[in-house]
Amino acid sequence: MTLRTVTDIRPRDVVHEAGALLGAGYRLALVSAHEQARGLEVVYLFTAAAPDRRTELRLLLPLERPAVDSLAGLSFPAGRFEREMRDLYGITPLGHPMPRRLVRHHHWPRGWYPMRAQTGPPPAFGDPEGPFPFVTVEGPAVYEIPVGPVHAGLIEPGHFRFSVVGESIIKLKARLWFVHRGLEKLFQGRDPADGLPLAERVSGDTSLGHALAFCLAVEEATGLEVNPAAHAGRAMLLELERLYNHVTDLGALCNDVAHSILNAQAGRVREQLLRINAEVTGHRLLRGAVTIGGVRLRALPDPGRLRAIGADIAEIAALAQGHSVIADRFTGTGILPARAARDLGTLGYVARASGLDVDARRDHPTLDLGPFSPVVQTDGDVLARFQVRVREIAASIELIARLAEGTAAGVDPSSGPRGTGVGIVEGWRGTILHRIELDSGGALRRVKIVDPSFFNWPALPVALSGAIVPDFPLVNKSFNLSYAGNDL
Amino acid sequence: MAGVVLQVVLVGLGSPLLVGVMRQVRARLEGRAGAGIWQPWRDLRKLMRRQPITPAGTGWMFRAAPLLLPGTALVVASVVPLVTTASPLDGVADLFAVTALLTLGSVALALAGLDTGTAFGGMGASREVTVLALVEPTILLSVFALSVPAGSTNLGDIVTAAAEHPLSLISPVSLLAAVALVIVSIAETGRIPVDNPATHLELTMIHEAMTLEYAGLDLALIEWASAMRLSLLLGLLAGLFAPWGIATAGAGPLALLVAAVVIALKVTVLGGLLAASEVFMAKLRLFRIPELLAGSFLMALLAVAASYFLA
Repeated sequence: MTLRTVTDIRPRDVVHEAGALLGAGYRLALVSAHEQARGLEVVYLFTAAAPDRRTELRLLLPLERPAVDSLAGLSFPAGRFEREMRDLYGITPLGHPMPRRLVRHHHWPRGWYPMRAQTGPPPAFGDPEGPFPFVTVEGPAVYEIPVGPVHAGLIEPGHFRFSVVGESIIKLKARLWFVHRGLEKLFQGRDPADGLPLAERVSGDTSLGHALAFCLAVEEATGLEVNPAAHAGRAMLLELERLYNHVTDLGALCNDVAHSILNAQAGRVREQLLRINAEVTGHRLLRGAVTIGGVRLRALPDPGRLRAIGADIAEIAALAQGHSVIADRFTGTGILPARAARDLGTLGYVARASGLDVDARRDHPTLDLGPFSPVVQTDGDVLARFQVRVREIAASIELIARLAEGTAAGVDPSSGPRGTGVGIVEGWRGTILHRIELDSGGALRRVKIVDPSFFNWPALPVALSGAIVPDFPLVNKSFNLSYAGNDL
Repeated sequence: MAGVVLQVVLVGLGSPLLVGVMRQVRARLEGRAGAGIWQPWRDLRKLMRRQPITPAGTGWMFRAAPLLLPGTALVVASVVPLVTTASPLDGVADLFAVTALLTLGSVALALAGLDTGTAFGGMGASREVTVLALVEPTILLSVFALSVPAGSTNLGDIVTAAAEHPLSLISPVSLLAAVALVIVSIAETGRIPVDNPATHLELTMIHEAMTLEYAGLDLALIEWASAMRLSLLLGLLAGLFAPWGIATAGAGPLALLVAAVVIALKVTVLGGLLAASEVFMAKLRLFRIPELLAGSFLMALLAVAASYFLA
């Protein structure tokens, strides 16, 4: 395990300290608050790559009227973490440029902070604060299209408000946070082993990614040593999860431009992959395979079979990209500029399709993967996101083949039990973080989860500026963000 | 008279089956089992048992559209030469009347979409009218090009003349007119690459967006009318460019029956071909659709010009 440094700072130094770290090439990966007897502890976790570095700034705020200087001027994600913290703990970010609610539900009364100890039962559904209007765009011929939160088809709840002239999108506002399950609170007081099934259910399509991040965090906290073979098995499962999700989305993207034959073919391939998952782990969605300290495999995936599937997928992708109408629909649609991608702190294939070379498999490794370089494209449009995922499928299959041959080596030995732990995993959507704290009895005291969707959602309206309304579903699908992983 | 009754019954009962056949062709080509050709009828039966709902604030236009749409389609079905060229409505059976009736149905639905006051209804109506503005003139022009050799705008006369001189169909005029008519038929009936009848993505819809607020019997009527319009346009195509087997005035019952079987076969084949070609297509970007339709309009215009030069 890489050594994670923890620095206790005074609350008034936070802007200075965070600014120094961000200036040194770190990114803000997670902000977590926790209520203790002596006050509210806030932890800012910064990470950096090459070499893998993790630094925490820890500060303590009073329980009465907690407030801390905002980092929103330094980092966009920090501003969102602060709004989340304010809604859940009542910690006021001082000098925040946009101090509106983020995760707070419409029916939560003002002053009701669900993560605080003295919260009481959840309030009944109601409308305690009256309307929460959208910013109205004014001008001749501007009209609004409200969509959701209930959609046609199997889509999670989210409300999108388009301000439109003709077919061109002037402004898009996504209002999410309809699925708050109180997940982080459910972890509290559980034994780590009992927390694992919860971690698998953070976001249904990323059950392995979140389970693995949780296990890594617990292992760091307890100082549990994991042998390289288990790390290799876990890495293999992570790639299997990436494979079936990437294939599903390649088909779905074709379906969104009404070329459903490729969706049917992608569905056929997906089913083969899910069956391989079941053979390898006993569960089609890879649940129950990762355990704290190890991994349970029934069989190793057959590289030959996976390569045949890879050739199949390559053919589907080539058919899609060779189709002139599909190429026309994908090219130049929903461009996320590299600068915006960097400023918003995007992760995963969304970032890599916009030219950002980020991948936790290389940046925060659990084992030496050998020659591995992330797939990066620069155009930032739907086509780039499609192509990044096509190439990642091929890379994943090669990685699985290499891991199955058992040539991988471990990285670092454990540094002993320390009570807190951080797990970083490159899930199929992007970098997943779990940070846990254990109490003296070894039970979970605080679990903070960050799904890449939390970072990537703000990028969607940016990519859609200037797009036309009927292209929204396609661009949205090319991002394919999680609603549940975003709203815990 | 018997021929026309047969024709209307055939269109009314057979159209949902045509949609079923097209969906089944598509499903099989995509490697899916498909729901069977009777599924559209099952859907209609299900919808007919349900209560229609009128959203608050809608007016008479919303109520009228589900009646106007199948009504105009049935009138067109009694006029267009499918089974027989002898229509009792012969006086109005010219191409202008037919195009106007089809447009009346489309406009009624577009106005009903606007009447709901929802964003989707208005969005669908706006897109539909954009398409309509290019489709209707193209239908007019392409049929008009074919009317020049016949010397009449009466559809029955055009088809009779073509059946008597089948060689006259082998000309650049009919080729251009046929391509133009195929493209606008696809656009008019809301099929790929212009619209996707199978999508659930509200924001991409054209035709379906206007019908989102309808339920029960009203929705059944609209779905039924859409199916009829599809088979009418395919029937018109078949009648104009392959006019064989259509009964003429004074034909006996046997000839009518044969004609009914022939037109059913022709439309089914055309529908199957359309469905099969859709498998290989993807939906165009919305702003490319006017380009496609303008191209088809140009071809129809060339067909008219050519019909004068080559006459």
